[in-house]
Amino acid sequence: MSEPYTGETDKPDTAGGALAVGRSGPYTVGGPRVVGRSGPDAGDKGGPDAVGGPYVVELRDVTKLYNGHVQALRGVDLTVGHGELVAIVGPSGSGKSTLLHMIGTLDRPTTGVVRIAGRDVAELSDRELSALRARHLGFVFQQFHLSPGVTALDNVADGLLYTGVALRSRRERAAAALERVGLGHRLGHRPNQLSGGEQQRVAVARAVAGDPPLLLADEPTGNLDSAAGTEVLRVLRDLHAAGTTIAVITHDAEIAEWCPRQVRVRDGQIIADRGDGREPPAEITKGGAT
Amino acid sequence: MTRTAGRLTPARLSPSDVLRVGAVGLRTRPTRVILSALGIAIGIATMIAVIGISSSSQEQLLRQLDRLGTNLLTVSAGRTLFGEEAKLPTGAVSMVKRVGPVITASATGVIEATVRRTDRIPKEVTGGIAVQAATTELLTTLEGGVTKGAWLNAATERQPAVVLGSKAAERLGVTRTGVRVWMGKRWFTVIGLLGPMPLAPEIERSALVGFPAAEEHLGFDGHPTTIYERSAEEAVEAVRGVLPRTVNPENPEEVDISRPSDALVARAAAAGAFTNLLLGLGAVALLVGGVGVANTMVISVLERRKEIGLRRSFGATRGQVRVQFLAESLLLSALGGVVGAVLGALATAGYALSRDWPPIVPPWAIGGAVAATLVIGTVAGIYPAMRAARLSPTVALATT
Ligand SMILES: Nc1ncnc2c1ncn2[C@@H]1O[C@H](COP(=O)(O)OP(=O)(O)OP(=O)(O)O)[C@@H](O)[C@H]1O
Ligand SMILES: [Mg+2]
Repeated sequence: MSEPYTGETDKPDTAGGALAVGRSGPYTVGGPRVVGRSGPDAGDKGGPDAVGGPYVVELRDVTKLYNGHVQALRGVDLTVGHGELVAIVGPSGSGKSTLLHMIGTLDRPTTGVVRIAGRDVAELSDRELSALRARHLGFVFQQFHLSPGVTALDNVADGLLYTGVALRSRRERAAAALERVGLGHRLGHRPNQLSGGEQQRVAVARAVAGDPPLLLADEPTGNLDSAAGTEVLRVLRDLHAAGTTIAVITHDAEIAEWCPRQVRVRDGQIIADRGDGREPPAEITKGGAT
Repeated sequence: MTRTAGRLTPARLSPSDVLRVGAVGLRTRPTRVILSALGIAIGIATMIAVIGISSSSQEQLLRQLDRLGTNLLTVSAGRTLFGEEAKLPTGAVSMVKRVGPVITASATGVIEATVRRTDRIPKEVTGGIAVQAATTELLTTLEGGVTKGAWLNAATERQPAVVLGSKAAERLGVTRTGVRVWMGKRWFTVIGLLGPMPLAPEIERSALVGFPAAEEHLGFDGHPTTIYERSAEEAVEAVRGVLPRTVNPENPEEVDISRPSDALVARAAAAGAFTNLLLGLGAVALLVGGVGVANTMVISVLERRKEIGLRRSFGATRGQVRVQFLAESLLLSALGGVVGAVLGALATAGYALSRDWPPIVPPWAIGGAVAATLVIGTVAGIYPAMRAARLSPTVALATT
């Protein structure tokens, strides 16, 4: 509990905000690289000296036990810096979604420290975690989770309901977000009038409408064919270029390779961590294969 | 370990957002909404109709009372200490008239005679019709009227002429004036038929002749048995106090005084005390409706675990999820309440108008319905809302 970086808890917020808004491109920021690296092989368990800078995501020796015996995560150390685009890959049941839930503060670790936007999750109440999610996090799921019978615009605006923004500007921001994902001409369409790729792009728009510094996606292309998957990847690339930190779970090796950084998970542990998350992603040639 | 900088406080939902989010579940499942609101609607409608119909009936009695006045007193001779029927002195009416606040007074006297359609009908068959002598002022005192013919006047009260009360005419089968009826030992001509007398039903069942005619043709002794008297409304109790001594100074304790409007007042009170059985039935329907709403809400929460998880990922607090489902439950039962209140009011209006009553739905009944609806909505919604709020975001999202 006596981590030394508590004094800087608010720094990542402001830095993240400035980055997200003010950056012209992902590669123009100078200064020291803040990309943290740690795996089981690195032997780095997050001692005081390991703090290199303001991480968006910082996991230290995180374990997660389900029902007292299912070890979904066993000692995960992971840091993600601002503006990174990280793929999380691994076989089914390896703990990827559990990891994403930890990062997304949807669940608390059994042991270890989770620090999101500089805040120790263990120290936050459920209300504070909710506020954190509302302001700092955006989620995209494999199932799009759009409300049927509700227009794309209102589906996106609904994602801003808990940010304290009035309905009018929620709709304005929703329209802007849909514009950003290339669906400016589909505002009034209902989910059943949209293709799968378009629906997932609506879901992405909903996740990023509030300009969260961190976007988490759990197999966003898992339900899409390669063309639709490509549409979604283009959106992710643009968001990355605009400075949003993104973590994507994927089963697709091509998408994983497309991401500048890959974190490989197996049996609840990180077994490999390659690449620089701040590099631009590769050209999208074919998109996600099925 | 202080966290002073950059406090994380969840944003509040505005009331309109609470309404909007509470209505989400209702908009998407209209059939279920209608069916589960129906129980509440039936319960509220039953209760409003029961209360409304009895209030309308009471209102009509009260209006009748208003029309008839409550300032009429009847004085009857009562019984002697030995149980015999007492008689009032012949001058009793004029003595009553001398009491200050008395406006009008008149008398009837029971005659030992029967009235029959013809002399061939045996005299034991009276049809429950009383033969009475009446003073000419009686109709004024009772504020009654004739439906046919005329009331007794100074001339006809001396002749073998009779005026029939409405029930008496009906029982004798007399529908017009000019016909003759057999009274005592001779024919009397019917010269008038009376309208209804709500304050003096005994007059409705009487055949009335003048005091002089009764004495001459029917062997009447001239002693009144009942005196009717109206006084200023505010003096009724005072008049009541002096009447026994006035009409029968020797035996004031024998005198019976009653206020006929008391019976109407009692009836009005009884009408206002609505049927508890029906009201209970409405309450049961309401209870069943409440259980229906709770059931719908529990199912709604189970079905919408994904939505709940999604909202939690958007940043909804437990409290906001709870408020959403509580609002939904309240909207659901409020919908039933509004529909029920309208149905109940329509039923009241239909029934009351069919009976010529003024349709009345008391505001307190509507207020009670609103309160009941809110209580039911809250009680039915609390448990499902708590369950929704307790759901972990990951569990809620993991359900497929
Ligand atoms: N709520 C839960 N209760 C119990 N066990 C769970 C729960 N959630 C996950 N697990 C278990 O934890 C392990 C990791 O699950 P997780 O969902 O993180 O895997 P995953 O890598 O996302 O798999 P997939 O690629 O199939 O989505 C699995 O063995 C799973 O059965
Ligand atoms: Mg998964």
